[in-house]
Amino acid sequence: MVGAAVEVAPTIRKLPLFADARAFQILFLATLLSIGVLLRDFALQPLQMLLAFAAGLATQAFWLKRLELQHRGFLSAIVTCCGLSLLLRSDTLWVHPLAAMIAMSSKFVLRVNGKHLYNPANLGVIVAISLLPGTWVSSGQWGSDLALAVWFLMLGTIVTQRARRLDVSWVFLGAFLGLVALRVALLGQSWAIWWHQFGNGALLLFAFFMISDPMTIPNRTGPRVAYALIVALAAALWQYALFKPNALIWALFLCTPLVPAFDRLFPARRFEWQQPAVPASVAP
Amino acid sequence: MRMTLPLRSILSAAGVFAAALLLSTQARAFCGFYVGKADAKLFNEASQVILARDGERSVISMRNDFQGELTDFALVVPVPVVLQKSQIHIGDSKVFDRIDAYSAPRLAEYFDPNPCEQRRLREMDAAAPASVGALAQKARRDAALGVSVEASYTIGEYDIVILSATQSNGLETWLRENGYRIPAGASRALQPYVRQGLKFFVAKVNLAEQAKTGFSYLRPLQFAFESPRFMLPVRLGMLNARGPQDLVIYVLTRNGRVETTNYRTVKLPANVELPSYVRSEFPSVYKALFSAQAKREDYRVVWTEYFWDMAWCDPCAADPLSPDELRGAGVFWLDGDSPPVAAAQGGLAAPMVKPRLGGAQPVMLTRLHLRYTPETLPEDLVFQETQDRQNYQARYILRHAWRGDPSACPEAQAYFDEVARRQEHEAQTLANLTGWDLTAIRGRMDMQAISAPQWWERLWK
Repeated sequence: MVGAAVEVAPTIRKLPLFADARAFQILFLATLLSIGVLLRDFALQPLQMLLAFAAGLATQAFWLKRLELQHRGFLSAIVTCCGLSLLLRSDTLWVHPLAAMIAMSSKFVLRVNGKHLYNPANLGVIVAISLLPGTWVSSGQWGSDLALAVWFLMLGTIVTQRARRLDVSWVFLGAFLGLVALRVALLGQSWAIWWHQFGNGALLLFAFFMISDPMTIPNRTGPRVAYALIVALAAALWQYALFKPNALIWALFLCTPLVPAFDRLFPARRFEWQQPAVPASVAP
Repeated sequence: MRMTLPLRSILSAAGVFAAALLLSTQARAFCGFYVGKADAKLFNEASQVILARDGERSVISMRNDFQGELTDFALVVPVPVVLQKSQIHIGDSKVFDRIDAYSAPRLAEYFDPNPCEQRRLREMDAAAPASVGALAQKARRDAALGVSVEASYTIGEYDIVILSATQSNGLETWLRENGYRIPAGASRALQPYVRQGLKFFVAKVNLAEQAKTGFSYLRPLQFAFESPRFMLPVRLGMLNARGPQDLVIYVLTRNGRVETTNYRTVKLPANVELPSYVRSEFPSVYKALFSAQAKREDYRVVWTEYFWDMAWCDPCAADPLSPDELRGAGVFWLDGDSPPVAAAQGGLAAPMVKPRLGGAQPVMLTRLHLRYTPETLPEDLVFQETQDRQNYQARYILRHAWRGDPSACPEAQAYFDEVARRQEHEAQTLANLTGWDLTAIRGRMDMQAISAPQWWERLWK
C-alpha cells in the first residue's frame, strides 16, 4: 500500500495543481478529516467546519488585499482550517471561525525576519482553548490502532518529502517516542504502553502536519534538528512531569519563540513553497 | 414533561440494572486488586468509582462490593502522597446507588394519540487483619525489604497502612509476609508505581470494628488528596482478570465533561426508537447493547453514558442528589448555604427539575463505562476536564402505537401504514445495536398486520 502510493506520487506532482506541496497536504488533511468524521465519531458539526473555512479564507483575502500581496494564494488558509477542524472541539458555532480568523491574522501580524512566527493552526488552537469558553481538544479522539498509524505515516511522509522538511518530523517522532521508551524502561512498564503511544493518531498528525510546517521552523538543518529535539523534550515533560493534557501543541507553542533566535544565530535561505526547496546538503 | 408511575418503576429498574450488570460478571477490576489469604476465588466484584475533581484536588470513593470472606479482603491502591488519617473517610454506599440511579441509561416513553384527533404527542418519562502494632515491630524487616510503613490507621471497619517502597520485589514480599496472598505478576505490576515514587494505600477489614458497624457489607473507602495527576491506576486491578472487565466511573467536576486523553471517549448510540416490547426487558436490552458496542470497538473505547449539570435533569431517572449527598460523593466545592440542586423530594411528580436560579456552585456529572481486557487497556486511564457542557444521556425511546380501528377514519389507514414502517425501523435499530437476530426481534414485536397497499392499488385508488 505504501509502495503503491509512493509510486503514484511523482506522477501526480507533474500536474500543475500539485506543484505546491500544500496541495498534497490539503488532500491528505481532507482525507483525515473525512476519516475522523465518518469513522471516528468526531464531535465536529459540519457547520463549524464550514464557518471555519469561510472565516479563514475571508481573513486571508482581507490581509492579502490590505497588504497588497498578489503572489500569495489561499492554500495555507485551507491547510490551517483543516488543522483547526481536526483539532478544535466546541459547544458553540462561533469558536471555529474566530479561531480561524486569529490563526490567519497571526500569519500577517506576528512576523519576525520576514517569516510568520507561529504555525497558524497551533496558535489558533492554543488561543481558543486558553481564552474561549466551551472549547477543548480531544487528544484521544483517534484512538490508537496501528492500521491507522501506518496510514498516517504514509500520508505524512509524502507531504514532508514534498516540502523537504522530512528531518524535523522524523527527529521529533524519534525523540518523543525515544523519551517514552526511556520512561517505560525506567519505570519497568509494559512495552504495550510504548506501542499504545506509537499508535496515537494525534502524535503522528502533529509530527507530519504541524511541526513540519516549513515556514515556522529554523531554516538550517542543524538548528532544525535541535529544535525538534527541544519540542520533543518539552512535550514529554508537559505530559509526564506536569501531567497536563495537550502536551504536543503546548510544547510547540512554547518553543516557537526559539525559531527566530535559531534563524538569527544560524542564517540560511528561507523556505519557499512554490520553488524547489533548498536541498539539505546545500544549506550550510 | 411529567413522569407517570409505571415508567418510574422501569427507570428505577434501569438503575438497579446498572448495578446488577456490574454484579453479574465474575472478574472485576479495581483501582487496586483484592488479594486473599485462602485459595478462594479472588476477584473484585462491581467496580464503581466516584472521582470528584477540581483544580488539583481529588476525592476518590471506591465501592467495595466484596463477596468473599471478610478476612480475605484486601485493597491496594497507589496514591501520590502519604495520606493523613483525616484524608481518609468511610463513605456511604447509598451515595453510589443514588448516583447510579440518577445517571443510569433510561427509557423515555411516548404514546401515539388517536390519529383521528389532532396529533399531539405526550412525552412520558418515562486478608486476615494483622494487627497494626505487629507491623511496627517488624520495622527492621521492613527496612530490609525497602518497605516503610508511613502511617497506619484504623478507620471504620478498615485497618489501613500507607506504604512506601523502594523496590517492587520487596513490596510483594512485605505483602506476602504480612498475610496477603498476592496474585502472580504482582511485583511486575507494582514496579512502575514504586519507581514513580507513589505510595501504597493498603486496606483490610478489622473484623471487630466491622462487627460494631452492624453492616453486612463493607462501606466505601474515600480519600482526599492534592496532585496534578488526574488519572486512575486501573492496571493493578487486571491481575485478577479473567476475560473482559467492567468499570463505571462517575466523575464530578465543576466546569465540564470529562474524557480520557489516552483512549477514545465515545458517546453510546442513544436517543433512538426501540420496539415497545423492550419496555419490560430494558435491562437485558441495554446489557446486550453495551456488550455489542464494546465488542464492536474491540474493547478499546471508553463510553460516555451520561453527562449533565447536576442541578437539573430531563427526564430524571431519579431525584437529583441533595447537597449532602453530593458532599457524601466527595464534592468539596459546594458553598454550603445555597443548595446546588432544586431536588424534587418525595412523591412521583416533577421528574424534570428546573435549572437552579444561581448562586450555587455547579456540579457536572460524567458517567464513563468501560469494558476492557489487559491487552486493550495497556495504560492507566488519564483524564481531562473539557469545557464541553452539552448534555448527553443514554436515553432510548419507546413509541406505543395507537390501538384503534384502522377503518375509524381516513387518517387511520395512513397512520397504520406509518406505524408498520416505523416498527420495521425500530426492529432494525434494535438488531443493529444489540447484534440480535432481526427475524427473532420481528417475531417478538406486535407488528401491525396492516399490509402496505400494492402499487396498483395506489394507482387506481
